[in-house]
Amino acid sequence: MQLTLWTYEGPPHIGAMRVASSMRDLHYVLHAPQGDTYADLLFTMIERQDRRPPVTYTTFQARDLGGSTAELVKAAVAEAFERFHPAALLVGDSCTAELIQDQSGALAAGMQLPIPVVALELPAYSKKENWGAAETFYHLARTLLADRVPAPGAARPPRDPARRPRANLLGPTVLGFRCRDDVTEIRRLLDALGIDVNVVAPLGASVDDLRRLPDADFNIDLYPEVSRTLTGWLSRSFGMPATRTIPMGVGATRDFIAEVAALAGVDPSPLLGAETPGAAGRGASASRQPWYARSVDSTYLTGKRVFIFADATHAIAAARIAAEEMGFTVVGLGCYARDFARDVREAAARYGVEALISDDYLEVEKAIAAAAPELVLGTQMERHIAKRLGIACAVISSPIHVQDVPARYSPVYGFEGANVLFDSWVHPLVMGLEEHLLQMFRDDFEFNDAAPASHLPAVAVQTMAVAELGMSDADDAPAWTADGERELKKIPFFVRGKARRNTESYARSRGLSTITVETLYDAKAHFAR
Amino acid sequence: MSNLHDIPIATRSGCDERPVLRERGQREVFCGLTGIVWLHRKLQDAFFLVVGSRTCAHLIQSAAGVMIFAEPRFGTAILTDRDLAGMADANDELDRLCVTLLERRPEIRTLFLVGSCPSEVIKLDLARAAERLNARLLPQVRVLNYSGSGIETTFTQGEDAALRTFVPLMPHTDARQLMVVGCLPDIVEDQFRRQFEQLGIADVVFLPGRRAADVPAIGPNTDLLPAQPFNGDTVRALIARGARLLRAPYPFGAEGSTAWLQAAARAWGVTPATFDAVTGPARARAETALARQRPLLAGRSLFMLPDSQLEPSLARFLQRELGMRLIEVGTPFLDRQMVSEELALLPDDIVLSEGQHLNRQLDRVRAARPDLTVCGLGLANPLEAEGLATKWSIELVFSPIHGYDQAGDLAELFARPFARRARLAV
Repeated sequence: MQLTLWTYEGPPHIGAMRVASSMRDLHYVLHAPQGDTYADLLFTMIERQDRRPPVTYTTFQARDLGGSTAELVKAAVAEAFERFHPAALLVGDSCTAELIQDQSGALAAGMQLPIPVVALELPAYSKKENWGAAETFYHLARTLLADRVPAPGAARPPRDPARRPRANLLGPTVLGFRCRDDVTEIRRLLDALGIDVNVVAPLGASVDDLRRLPDADFNIDLYPEVSRTLTGWLSRSFGMPATRTIPMGVGATRDFIAEVAALAGVDPSPLLGAETPGAAGRGASASRQPWYARSVDSTYLTGKRVFIFADATHAIAAARIAAEEMGFTVVGLGCYARDFARDVREAAARYGVEALISDDYLEVEKAIAAAAPELVLGTQMERHIAKRLGIACAVISSPIHVQDVPARYSPVYGFEGANVLFDSWVHPLVMGLEEHLLQMFRDDFEFNDAAPASHLPAVAVQTMAVAELGMSDADDAPAWTADGERELKKIPFFVRGKARRNTESYARSRGLSTITVETLYDAKAHFAR
Repeated sequence: MSNLHDIPIATRSGCDERPVLRERGQREVFCGLTGIVWLHRKLQDAFFLVVGSRTCAHLIQSAAGVMIFAEPRFGTAILTDRDLAGMADANDELDRLCVTLLERRPEIRTLFLVGSCPSEVIKLDLARAAERLNARLLPQVRVLNYSGSGIETTFTQGEDAALRTFVPLMPHTDARQLMVVGCLPDIVEDQFRRQFEQLGIADVVFLPGRRAADVPAIGPNTDLLPAQPFNGDTVRALIARGARLLRAPYPFGAEGSTAWLQAAARAWGVTPATFDAVTGPARARAETALARQRPLLAGRSLFMLPDSQLEPSLARFLQRELGMRLIEVGTPFLDRQMVSEELALLPDDIVLSEGQHLNRQLDRVRAARPDLTVCGLGLANPLEAEGLATKWSIELVFSPIHGYDQAGDLAELFARPFARRARLAV
């Protein structure tokens, strides 16, 4: 039993719903009690989908438990088939149905429908949403491709050189992060390299599209949380290689282009020819990001403390951007899914921090408060944590809320994605020139450092103050002399909390009951070692 | 095709001869756990611990719209494989978790263990668990339990189940008092309290109060005035303790508020002159507010999908006070004892439906093409995309809508979709 206040991921059948809702002609019969239809609103409200998720719920009640729940499954399957004419059907259990063991998948399979029926087994008491999406995507494709799997050991025939290379873009789903626009961005890159897109799936795909997956030469593992199980199987069974690089950030996009070009056997120079890593100036990249990062206005970004917590894919990519392309200092890195913990730990080691692998919201909040970052890059959950702590925040990953599905084009992958990320990470911060002014005119009534950034709502004032209060340790904190307190106020507000805590812990370790200006600077020297 | 769901039948039963279309099938409604979203705001000393699955946690968080509160007074004890494997462990685990939770939140005086579909199916005995924990935690903390599971409760029935747990705890009283039953926003509760006071009804208690620890007394001289139509089980349990039910329409709109207050006034012997003097100004205010919205709503057709059991009451208000034309009024569960006064006021030519077969009901919506469809959030955008104006039903449960001074706001909730459409030129 695990106490949860807020959960990063839904149960695994929500992952299956994401796959079904992403596709055009797939239907999902979910054996579930009344109430589980709440999930529909995630799709129609957060994603603003203009159709109901293609899901039929059996809606069993207590009085059905005696024996008729199995009949409800058959009725729901028959009705869904007749009404919606899907090209394939997913059938599975929600958490409660799993307990009553009706074998809904087997029941549906026994009905001899003239379409493929995929029985999903998604253990609700040990697995979660992303796993459910990956498993569903994999089982669906595997069922549809059963008769196309070549004999083990059969060599993949080489591509006809007259035909352009083809790639599948795998993993984008509704309720994923910016998938719609990332796909457009990656399509543009591939097109510039002379590579055709064979199938994009699950987002926008039909069941027949999945049957064509092996027609591609390789797979692009765009969102490994959803696609890696399938690309692994396609690699083993069809000899189709898959990409490993996530094209998020300028450097990673360049690496991705090189990787894709190598897999496709094409020349990367149409895209990489003009890319000049390390060069200043506007002509050095197809993205504006490198020049913006090098412009003097961005000097103030140097060493800003950033805490990153997201799904593994976005967290790892964001850490590289933060460190190499923004000049931030990564003070925390983590993800909420254990499945990808090893990758996150490796990345964390590169930045000299310990990875936080947890789906406990309170633990994440504690870690963020302790790290005292100036910027949090996270999910919808971290948006709330950061708001409470008065720290700037940008969302980089699911789980998302409605404002993370913008009307405008805003990918986070590719060169345009790098531009979008620069803007959306800088926006929550106090702007460079403004920050200097705040420091210079600290005592001016208009420029006092409790004033929020001029482009952010005034409510920030209050939360910053709260953040600072929150930083001070409990009752046993040594008393500050008036001089000490005044000197502390001269320290920029975003590091003041940390300075206060460090000084107090230094004073305690020295057995000092009061903190003077001297103590403050002694502590500063102590912690600077 | 062979359809094993119940064939819809129009039956005439009970004292009200109105036919009811009863349907079974897919239901697009929340389960009773959702009530925690407003109950935990109302009961400021209570914590609601759902014993369930990740789905339960995800449901409450999604239904709440998002996480508004950094550390809310509700949570989910998520069952894992290990708990399913050994029930003794599950009980130990639950006890351990409750104790840890209460250590973290020393201000909590009442802990509700809330049963869910999975906990009901595996027959995890939360009543026993509450007993065990009470032996350990009383008098500091009282542990209560109820089921908000979807296999047993629909949406607002969760509140009914929660309030029902207070009844056995109520001390006996022979004092004459008025008990208002049903969760109301504090601001509305205060308005009603003032009105009862002005009417000379001083001994008024609200169930629930603002603190779960303050359980009111009950007895043969208690008059029950339900403020929400969905608390039927609680009301019947209170009647079993000797209380008397005052029948009235619910306090929605000027007419409903008047009839509701009048039921109390009559029982307490308030003179018509006093009643008019007290309610007159508020009633006039409500009527003025309603007159502003009426032009937007009069003559428009309305289709209500089942959601909160408030539907018959709201339909009565919208038809009689705002001139809307009712096509179908759906309710998840028709508790005749609780809505008899409302049913009597509804026109004869409407479809009153109970339960739901979603696809068939949506077929009827599409055939009728109502000017306004009241439905859940899962359906609103898809129907809007089909060109049908919608009103989210959940707002009707989360907003203050009772009483004279909210009558205009309530009407405005239904008028807003029309006002918005009139503005948009894209």
